[in-house]
Amino acid sequence: MIAWIDTLIQGVLLGGFFALSGLGLSLSFGIMHIVNIAHGDFLVVAAYLCLVICGLFGLNPLLAIIIVIPLMFLFGYALQKTILNKGVDGGELSPLLITFGLSIILHNLLQEFFSADAKSLDVGAFEVASLNIGPLHIGWLPITILVTTLVVYYILHQIMESTKFGMIVRATVDDPEITSLMGVDTKKINCLGMGLSMTIVGIAGTLFGIKSSFFPLAGGLQLLFAFEAVIIGGMGSIWGTLLGGMSLGIAQTIGYRIGSGWGEFAGHLVFFLFLLLKPSGLLSKETQHA
Amino acid sequence: MLLEIKELKAGYGEIQALFGVELSLEEGSTLALIGANGAGKSSLLRCITGLIRPTGGQILYNKKNIAAYRPYDISAMGIAMVPEGRRLFPSLTVEENLIMGQCNKREQEWTLERVYDLFPPLKGFRKRMGTELSGGQQQMVAVGRALMSNPRLLLCDELSLGLAPVVIKDIYRTLETVTKTGLSLIIVEQDINQAIAASNSFLCIREGEIVLSGTRENADRNLIAKAYFGN
Ligand SMILES: Nc1ncnc2c1ncn2[C@@H]1O[C@H](COP(=O)(O)OP(=O)(O)OP(=O)(O)O)[C@@H](O)[C@H]1O
Ligand SMILES: [Mg+2]
Repeated sequence: MIAWIDTLIQGVLLGGFFALSGLGLSLSFGIMHIVNIAHGDFLVVAAYLCLVICGLFGLNPLLAIIIVIPLMFLFGYALQKTILNKGVDGGELSPLLITFGLSIILHNLLQEFFSADAKSLDVGAFEVASLNIGPLHIGWLPITILVTTLVVYYILHQIMESTKFGMIVRATVDDPEITSLMGVDTKKINCLGMGLSMTIVGIAGTLFGIKSSFFPLAGGLQLLFAFEAVIIGGMGSIWGTLLGGMSLGIAQTIGYRIGSGWGEFAGHLVFFLFLLLKPSGLLSKETQHA
Repeated sequence: MLLEIKELKAGYGEIQALFGVELSLEEGSTLALIGANGAGKSSLLRCITGLIRPTGGQILYNKKNIAAYRPYDISAMGIAMVPEGRRLFPSLTVEENLIMGQCNKREQEWTLERVYDLFPPLKGFRKRMGTELSGGQQQMVAVGRALMSNPRLLLCDELSLGLAPVVIKDIYRTLETVTKTGLSLIIVEQDINQAIAASNSFLCIREGEIVLSGTRENADRNLIAKAYFGN
């Protein structure tokens, strides 16, 4: 019994990370309709960025995140403005192809600058410290990640529902043409949207680099997990991605309990079952508004 | 002249929809644009608002050629549109839909209060989603949203579509009070009588060309019917 409670807790904690990295992907799809193939690579880029900043200023990664965030925001804004907005004019497929190309370029650049060796972000003893409640040992790092995830979701929700910017973003998603008639440069909204998405990727990427080691090609698997979280949760639904991330985390942890090789498989299996039986996911956009 | 259109040509990719349209509108007056399905009425309004870029000709607004301007710049210059099919933002409340009108940051003349005074039924629905309203109420939101952008020129595309005659009458009566403030209007309608009754002058468009023009006083039914249907 205790073992299963432990599994569930570890699953939710792991799911916290998937929900956070999935959120960045979910946003770029939900706002800009971009299926960002380079999402996992951007996560890895953020981890390297944090590594460089820590090296330059001798900062703890959890502090360096404060510098990573605005840099990633600017990166997202610039990426949308210079490349992706042009792609959007060319139809649905071109942003997909563009991000695919970006992914390959990033692999090469990262290998060139940082070699193929695995790196990690060092937070010292904090990485293994744990909260002990009776027989349960819960790591402070996963707790930090989960709390960060929940805070990010809450802030994003507040931005979308209670600010003028959020209202304009919702209008743009509904009907970009009419939004432009209201005096809004919707391409600029897309730039800000990508900036927001990359801000979240910056936070998720730093946490990723702290919780596991990373190397230039580590993004592929992260894209897959984020994508699974988004699909399980339902495309275009922010809260769905939170649930999707949690489901994926729990599925993987149960898998790991069965056998060390079964963790990721169990996650893929749940993802596959959703694709098969409920492709719209847990919370699709339709059910959200019903 | 507030608006003067010369030789306007436009279309959608390979398909040409407007073949040299001419139009002029004096400040403070109302123009009816009538024509059958597919005549090019909406296309003309979409050109004026910048949603489609003309392939030829000029759109002089306040003597400035705005033919290559972006929709958001045109909105900021004081042209607003009530689009065909209303097109409220489905994930926004009634009030948010109205507030969206103010995104062009023009000097405030219209406020939420004024719109609610103009359309009292909306006041009780301010927190509702726009799509939960009846067709007529939705049309009020669409008109209110356009007014909130403080236009000098308002383009209305088939306001009466799918609405009951009483509701149509109501909306047109309201528009009349608004034009008293000096707002210029272009109304697109398939219902010839409705449109001409509400206007100072009219234009009839067929297959992307202006085939007849006149004033309310000299409107001749037979001529209009001939121009409208062709042959
Ligand atoms: N998005 C589009 N893509 C291609 N062709 C279009 C498009 N919209 C309109 N057209 C074509 O342009 C021509 C003019 O259409 P438009 O919508 O301007 O007519 P309309 O007078 O507004 O008609 P209605 O009364 O049905 O609204 C038509 O031949 C139509 O088929
Ligand atoms: Mg039309």
